[in-house]
Amino acid sequence: MTRDSTALPLFERQYAEQRSRRRRTNALGAAIFVACLAAAMVVGQFDLVRVADGLPRIFEYIGKILPQLRAESFGEDMAYWFYGLPDWLALLWETVLMAYTATLLGTLGALALCFLAANNLAPGRKTYFLTRRTLEFARTIPDIVYALIFVFAFGLGPLAGILAIAIHSMGASGKLFAEAAENIDMKPVDGLKGVGANWLQTMRYAALPQVLPNFASYTLWRFELNVRTAAVMGFVGAGGIGQELITAIRMLYYEDVSALVLLIVATVTCIDLLCEKVRHGFIGKENLA
Amino acid sequence: MSLTLADLTPERIAAVRQRAPTVFAPDPRRQMLTCGGWLAMILLTAYCLVHFDFSPMRFWNGLSELGAILRHMFPPQSGGAFMEFVGAIGETLAMAFLGTLFAAVMAVPLSFLASKNVFRFSLGRFFVRRGMDFLRGVDQLIWALIFVRAVGLGPLAGIFAIMISDTGTLAKLFSESVENADRKPVEGVRASGGSAVQTIRFGLLPQVLPMFLSSALYMFESNVRSATILGIVGAGGIGYQLSERIRGHRWEEACLILIMILITVALVDLVSKTLRQRLIGKGRH
Repeated sequence: MTRDSTALPLFERQYAEQRSRRRRTNALGAAIFVACLAAAMVVGQFDLVRVADGLPRIFEYIGKILPQLRAESFGEDMAYWFYGLPDWLALLWETVLMAYTATLLGTLGALALCFLAANNLAPGRKTYFLTRRTLEFARTIPDIVYALIFVFAFGLGPLAGILAIAIHSMGASGKLFAEAAENIDMKPVDGLKGVGANWLQTMRYAALPQVLPNFASYTLWRFELNVRTAAVMGFVGAGGIGQELITAIRMLYYEDVSALVLLIVATVTCIDLLCEKVRHGFIGKENLA
Repeated sequence: MSLTLADLTPERIAAVRQRAPTVFAPDPRRQMLTCGGWLAMILLTAYCLVHFDFSPMRFWNGLSELGAILRHMFPPQSGGAFMEFVGAIGETLAMAFLGTLFAAVMAVPLSFLASKNVFRFSLGRFFVRRGMDFLRGVDQLIWALIFVRAVGLGPLAGIFAIMISDTGTLAKLFSESVENADRKPVEGVRASGGSAVQTIRFGLLPQVLPMFLSSALYMFESNVRSATILGIVGAGGIGYQLSERIRGHRWEEACLILIMILITVALVDLVSKTLRQRLIGKGRH
């Protein structure tokens, strides 16, 4: 009984203290949040009048880009809506090819650099540091900014877009590859080193076989992302279907906009599904082996 | 009987080889498939290189041009517009913040409608999910272009673009945490007579709120990166300044803007990472 009589008030006191501390933290968090919100609204020129003004215009615009489809002349309406289909499909094909080439180049670059950027495999601290920074730089600048610059260097067209996506992919995949390489089993590496293999041979026969399934899966995922990116490269003149879309939006070809957006979404979805299938094929094979 | 190395005569090896050919050589069908795959890939690559005109000449010219641009970039200069750049960076952060916030607010009810354990009407769930897939499937830059047309140039279009595409992403992320939530508290509230709204509020929300906040913060990080480029199509933020400087060949100013973007992104990552670790930690105990 005597223990309870001291323990209970102690507990009550500590509980009250903890609650008030918690409340203070929450209040502080809320205050910071409100301050951020207010600052963002001022800096972002966000006011309800403009939103109320803008919202009806958004719905009006969506109404304009949707086509008129009537039940009695559905086929003709569809044909009218998708009148540019052959050209658009060719552009979509080009977009996918852009993504393919860029993924290939980017992955080759990442493959060349990833072992140099892995903590456990790098031949020296200096190379490790330099490749890490290079990869970081390559992935932090958005691909469309590279495209903006490359359009001046390599001229308008898909080449600039491909190189832009490739550099960004190299940075992003390179980092993931290096992380995968840092988690490998070091015994084969030590074994090959022990029998006198040089660095290149060690990587080829000890490190690469362990990380290859991982790399393949990342690369497929990167390809999915790159198809999306390639679809907007045309906004800055770097090739693909984006050029057609930005023209349709700027020139007010309303129905073209919805048709193109739908086609892009359909393509992206198909590529995602396809990659998913290939990935499962890979994983299945790896499990069997 | 025990086998020694001397017993392993070439004749015996040949006999075993004949009995089980697949052990010594890869399956010919699989080998052919692999070869075919490589061949197709090489052909496709060759086609792409020709189609996109990857001539060494063009490549070399482009590289020397790029070298000239890089030389012009240093040293970076502000051209007297440094405060303008700082303001634009602030606008970018504001767009990312407001866009993520509104997206999170919209995504909460939608995520409940997309979760199996809350919304039992499977056809409704299907439509909510496909709708979210569509919002996510259209690139943020495309949304930005559309909103620029609808509400005019400026950050409002960017905020809408971030909000719409992130509602899709966040609703998906949120619904995954809702579906992974513990069922016991939910059933407890329901058993003691709570209504549907009360069940979500007291049974589910306390479990998933830290996850929600953490996902929203993560998306905020990603949105700061993407908000830097929305300005390229006129949707406000630093991207507008950047694309203007690049199009006007004012490379040293473009370089300064790029450095400012890199610093901002790194700072936001740092802050958000710290906050996220605290949130998840708080959610666990």
